[in-house]
Amino acid sequence: MTQIDMKPELQPRRVTGPDGIEFDVEPLRDYYCPELPKVEPPAYLRIVEDLFNWARAESLWILGFGTGCGAIEMRPLMTPRFDAYRYGIQWRATPRQANLFVISGYLSVKTLKRVIRSYEQMQNPKYVVGLGSCTINGGMYWDSYNTIKRLDDYLPVDVYIAGCMPRPESLLAGFEELKRLIRQGKCEGGNLYAENFDWYKANQKRVIHDWDMPDYNW
Amino acid sequence: MRDLYDRLSALFPLGTFTEQRPDLAFISLEPAQLRSVLLHLRDREGFTHLVLLTAVDWLEDGQFQLTYLLANRARACDLGLRVRIDRDPASMDSIHDLWPTAATYQRELREMFGIDFPDSPRLQDDFILEGWQEIPPYRRDFDTLRYARETFNERPGRVSLDPATHMRDQPLTPSGR
Repeated sequence: MTQIDMKPELQPRRVTGPDGIEFDVEPLRDYYCPELPKVEPPAYLRIVEDLFNWARAESLWILGFGTGCGAIEMRPLMTPRFDAYRYGIQWRATPRQANLFVISGYLSVKTLKRVIRSYEQMQNPKYVVGLGSCTINGGMYWDSYNTIKRLDDYLPVDVYIAGCMPRPESLLAGFEELKRLIRQGKCEGGNLYAENFDWYKANQKRVIHDWDMPDYNW
Repeated sequence: MRDLYDRLSALFPLGTFTEQRPDLAFISLEPAQLRSVLLHLRDREGFTHLVLLTAVDWLEDGQFQLTYLLANRARACDLGLRVRIDRDPASMDSIHDLWPTAATYQRELREMFGIDFPDSPRLQDDFILEGWQEIPPYRRDFDTLRYARETFNERPGRVSLDPATHMRDQPLTPSGR
């Protein structure tokens, strides 16, 4: 991997404060936490972990982040016609308050960087659903210079919903499938990400050429 | 639109005139004439809106064609000005002082085609691509397919069908016809 130059505002430098005192600033150390993610062990008893997983399955909070055209399919779900709220699925505005990231359609390299930042800011346990053909194999953007083809190279994906675009009914079916997998304890995306952190980071940095953020965005 | 062309060609040396529709026409001209024609169209002829500024890569001729599309709201018609510039090095006078929006188009053209517009604001900033290291992707000698294959991993199992034959062999109704 080649060494990438950080943007000037992220490089260590000496600045003069408003009161005339000079001090050193190292943005990556001062503003961000250098700690890497750790695997979270399951609860001490299997039955307790199952209870936790049942509770997690019934508490899905989607991050309101539409990456591609598929985001348009989430709007009907929020409104009375399809009404995902009756399944206990809600949308939240910030990554800190969400635990489900729906990658809605094609993902350009520029958006991938924002997706990684948002995903890493979400708290464990967290889940990723890939929506549409584009996240599976590139879909109609299979020969694009700027669109990734396999989402699971960059983030651990729990469920894919095929289609171009999948209808809101497919999304509901996908969310039910996700709930089933969570109850079975098979959705360990956050732990998978921590375990294979180097592999994911190498893949991400292979396509994001201007990596100008810390390795993990807490 | 023809009378507009006649009026313009009395004032400026112009190239060919193409009338696409009654409300859409194109005029080709030399790069040196562009600025004065644009100013005249904007201030005297009511073409106050720059709809778009885009480029075509004529690889075989070694040229880029820039199209400045202007709209006249009052007469509800569009006029495109076509300019041919050298491909290497590709450089054109900036028009961001005539229409501020042109600066955004020029940033895009700099990034996607590698056309330089000296003095255009924020021209060197990243626009859509971030940290692009190859030749600009909209140049026709950029091999998009090869780049996509080398950069992004494929998932095995993907097939491409020819739409014509696939739809012909596809039963369109349950009865198979």
